[in-house]
Amino acid sequence: MTPFSHGSARYTDVMKTQALRQALDLHGFDAAIGGARRDEEKSRAKERVFSHRSAAHRWDPKNQRPELWRLYNTMLAPGESMRVFPLSTWTELDVWDYILLENIPIVPLYLAAKRPVVERDGTLIMVDDERMPLLADEAPRWRSVRFRTLGCYPLSGATISTATTLPEIVREMMASRTSERQGRMIDRDSPASMERKKAEGYF
Amino acid sequence: MSYHEAPTIAAPDAPQLDQDDRPTLRFVTCGSVDDGKSTLVGRLLYDSKTLLDDQLDALASESKTSGTAGGDLDFGLLVDGLQAEREQGITIDVAYRFFATKLRRFIVADTPGHMQYTRNMATGASNADLAVVLVDARKGVVTQTRRHSHILSLLGIRHVVLAVNKMDLIGFNGGRFAAITAEYLTLAGQLGISQVQCIPVVAPDGDNIAAASTRMPWYAGPTVTAYLESVDVAGDISGRPFRLPVQWVNRPHAEFRGFCGRIASGAIATGEAVTVQPSGRRTRIARILTPGGEHDRATAGESVTLTLADEIDISRGDVLTTGAAPLVSDQLAAHLVWFDDDAMVPGRRYMLKCGTASSGAVITTLKHRIVIDTMARENATTLDTNQIGYVHLSLDRALVFEAYRDDREMGSFILVDPISHRTAAAGMIDLSLRRATNIHWQRLAVDKSVRARLKQQRPCVLWFTGLSGAGKSTIADLVDRRLAEFGRHAALLDGDNLRHGINRDLGFSSTERMENVRRVAEIAALFVDAGMIALVALISPFRSEREMARHRVEAGEFIEIHVATPLAECERRDPKGLYRKARAGELPGFTGIDDPYEAPQAPEIAIDTSELTSEAACERIIRYLQEHHYL
Repeated sequence: MTPFSHGSARYTDVMKTQALRQALDLHGFDAAIGGARRDEEKSRAKERVFSHRSAAHRWDPKNQRPELWRLYNTMLAPGESMRVFPLSTWTELDVWDYILLENIPIVPLYLAAKRPVVERDGTLIMVDDERMPLLADEAPRWRSVRFRTLGCYPLSGATISTATTLPEIVREMMASRTSERQGRMIDRDSPASMERKKAEGYF
Repeated sequence: MSYHEAPTIAAPDAPQLDQDDRPTLRFVTCGSVDDGKSTLVGRLLYDSKTLLDDQLDALASESKTSGTAGGDLDFGLLVDGLQAEREQGITIDVAYRFFATKLRRFIVADTPGHMQYTRNMATGASNADLAVVLVDARKGVVTQTRRHSHILSLLGIRHVVLAVNKMDLIGFNGGRFAAITAEYLTLAGQLGISQVQCIPVVAPDGDNIAAASTRMPWYAGPTVTAYLESVDVAGDISGRPFRLPVQWVNRPHAEFRGFCGRIASGAIATGEAVTVQPSGRRTRIARILTPGGEHDRATAGESVTLTLADEIDISRGDVLTTGAAPLVSDQLAAHLVWFDDDAMVPGRRYMLKCGTASSGAVITTLKHRIVIDTMARENATTLDTNQIGYVHLSLDRALVFEAYRDDREMGSFILVDPISHRTAAAGMIDLSLRRATNIHWQRLAVDKSVRARLKQQRPCVLWFTGLSGAGKSTIADLVDRRLAEFGRHAALLDGDNLRHGINRDLGFSSTERMENVRRVAEIAALFVDAGMIALVALISPFRSEREMARHRVEAGEFIEIHVATPLAECERRDPKGLYRKARAGELPGFTGIDDPYEAPQAPEIAIDTSELTSEAACERIIRYLQEHHYL
């Protein structure tokens, strides 16, 4: 199964949502901790720090437990679970500031380099192996790109950038005129794309 | 959609790296539905140039398809993140948005105006320094304005921006603005909201949002953005005593015992004397360990691990303190905002969370309820969803806390429904009722152990729970007789029989049934005190009530016996003809038919009388009592 043969929505459901649900069921975890932030996307702006999931892993955005002060209601019935988002109130810039401050090692794909990319539907997709079947008029071009967000291949697009160091990334972030998830194809299926996926059990 | 080439050098107006220490202001927007809260937040984001190109593209296309601004940019769509919100054009849940100006960074909680979502408004306000209250210039101060302002004042918010929106629809009438301002200032005065800035705005057009309006020359005050950038909300936190609610006891091996948590207030240094509450034991700080290594001192907001000079028993929920002692009590008075769809019931048990501590809690009294429109207090027996009241609470154990007005973190709590697990209410502690320390128990010379020795038996409660017709009374009666044969002193408390006497004044409403169980539990506890074995035969359908009864006696003195005869079998027997009546609709709220029975999760004994005769069931109980040395 690939996003090329089945489309990004179906691919995401099977490879991410269903796979995650199966793993949570198999191990019976009470909580799964994620790095999602409220500044990423509109429905994530509504997310709780301790976000309740039913036994079927469903998110009920209209019926969330109120979260006041620093008090979190962590009570679960059998089969239910929590998705916990400790970085909820961080922004993308905060993350890079922190990486810079603490000198945290990062994956090289976050830094700009000449990479072979093709542009399809407004997204820059890196083509450095045989996974992506190219269309007749497509040919990879070497461009200076980096990734602001890394999801699965090829659903996270690259951005044109020359930022090859952390301070350059931070400076680029401050001047950026696009949002981080602009490169994420799965958010674009419809305006409520993320909300629906989350309700189905996506992280 | 297109991608954008990121510039290699910072644009001239882009903030510089060293400006990242800009202070953050957290504020909440509130007001009645359709007053334009989301539009105001969207406009603030738009004017701060925080909105990015791809977000603006999406906004333009969505404004055309589902906007309510006639094809113009509908700023409300920026924050209404849920599908249902955009469809209905309303805000249901709190949305947190981030934006920044040259001077400050902002986190704004955009909250719902609809009454049924008041709890979400309280949520947004609980972590805010300031509130922007919107009113529609045509309507002025309405009920929801009062309700939200009241909640703001309860939550300790002292700074309010009153944004009088839709000024264009009243012809930019300065007289009308002055009248609304005067009315709100009166309200704010009653509520103790000390700092109010009133600003006339047209949110969708941006008048007085970031730029001064040219259409209201009579207004000379600041714009919303200018005020938010300059307002001083920092309270005086210097001189607060040290408080560390213990979150976790870290004991990796026998040589190390560290107490971890986030310092709620004050500062601490190595060598300083601390008092551990609620035990009151004193010791000294040995070491202060932080993520950045070992330090000599630490202050509020830091997460630390402390080691102490002496071995003292400390667990999660205890508080390390210096200076003035915090309040320590199991009886307290608090303001309550009720969230749950199920009404608040005095006498019911809830789970209370305060800081890092948890305890069972019972609302003993509802002192009064607030009439939102007039702020008057009225007598009431219950609180419905979104209602505000003042209550007395009784906890299972002593809690360490402060009054909310002195300390938000140590003075706040939530109540969780033990059955549905919903967050049922938020509470702001007003004072300690101090009954725990003021009213001492009358110490009796002859205590339980003396009486038990005289009777040569081990007192306990045998609590038979199960559906009507399950066989509780029959089995309890047999056990009572067998105990007599063993020469033991017992008393049988039968639910039906008690309703002819001590509980004759009680009906079958949920409140009255709860009181019924409470009285029986108290009587059973008195029998145990008298050295007796109390047999209780009572449907007692709710887990939380049986837990309450269990907590009335000491550990090991409560034996829960679930007479687990299936509903179908009970209904087939129907010894009192009650199921027939219930099925015919003559007995509403009958357990098992249209009211739930919560089976015990781990009863000491479980018996199914469709498999076991009453005599065999009795012998199983006697055997349990022998094996566990009650007989």
